[in-house]
Amino acid sequence: MIEIDEDLCKGCKICTDFCPKEVFETSDKINKKGYYPPIPVREDECIGCRFCELLCPEFAIAVVNE
Amino acid sequence: MMAKKKKAYRLKHYLREELLPTTFCQGCGCGTVLNTYAQAIEELQINPKDIVSVTGIGCSSWIPSPYFKADTLHTTHGRAIAFATGVKIMKPEANVVVIAGDGDLAGIGGNHLIHAARRNVGLAVFLINNMIYGMTGGQVSPMTPLGDKTTTTPYGNPEYPFNIAEFVAAAGANYVARWTTYHVFPLMESIQKAMTKDGFSFVEILTQCPVSYGRRVGMRTGEEFLKYFKENTINSLKAKDMTPEEIGDKIIVGKIVERNRKEFTTILREMNEERRK
Repeated sequence: MIEIDEDLCKGCKICTDFCPKEVFETSDKINKKGYYPPIPVREDECIGCRFCELLCPEFAIAVVNE
Repeated sequence: MMAKKKKAYRLKHYLREELLPTTFCQGCGCGTVLNTYAQAIEELQINPKDIVSVTGIGCSSWIPSPYFKADTLHTTHGRAIAFATGVKIMKPEANVVVIAGDGDLAGIGGNHLIHAARRNVGLAVFLINNMIYGMTGGQVSPMTPLGDKTTTTPYGNPEYPFNIAEFVAAAGANYVARWTTYHVFPLMESIQKAMTKDGFSFVEILTQCPVSYGRRVGMRTGEEFLKYFKENTINSLKAKDMTPEEIGDKIIVGKIVERNRKEFTTILREMNEERRK
């Protein structure tokens, strides 16, 4: 499961570009700071590699393995 | 410990949460380094109370001070290693970590770096190389590649950059590696190795600076930098059997050196005990 703290996101799109399974897509709603955060649209395809969690410069993503 | 919000990053207890979101620019690599560093410490199960982080001046010095929750010394420009040597001598049991930028460690504090490596002081030094003086507005640093435009070299940089990792290895460090912010998993292992290794350990981390450096060289976003790092790096194990022509402009990443010289404070204490007999 992928949890995103939208208000921490600065919209750098690193997670959308580097996810090996292309799970994320950019949201069309802005957050508190005025950036477009990602949404995990294809969450069921996530393999839990935690690449996005480590790459995220703003500590906004948490991959929770069940 | 957390649970203030429903959605949460797992390792927020390592960070000074009240200061989030960070002051880093959009797409900056410093956050990735802090993220990887926190994960490395979580896996090593080091108590943050046993860590002393020492930093200098610059964007990358903001990684441990204020964001990482441990004892922190935010020192003058270039002198992080000098302060850290003092901490290590008085507190040999502490994990002394230096996180600072290329302008700080390789430029202004260059001599402190090579002499700490020569003495083999038991520090873990992480040089965040963004190839520019980012915080002050994009002046040329000793790590800026040849020919790149910066604020102070508007017609291109006429100087060759340092190969700082090889340089520190030649100066006598016990462990030297180079990674980029794209290689987060090997970087995490390297950070763990540097934290546990006795003696001077040095990891050069190439990071992206889309704002002060990238916009002048045509890479305006963090992801363009990461793609560049992904495509233009060769592992040191592979590069060993290649000729310099084959390597060309590519960046060699991976472990550069690992040896087991005796650590400085151990020698110092042994000598003192010998003298007192």
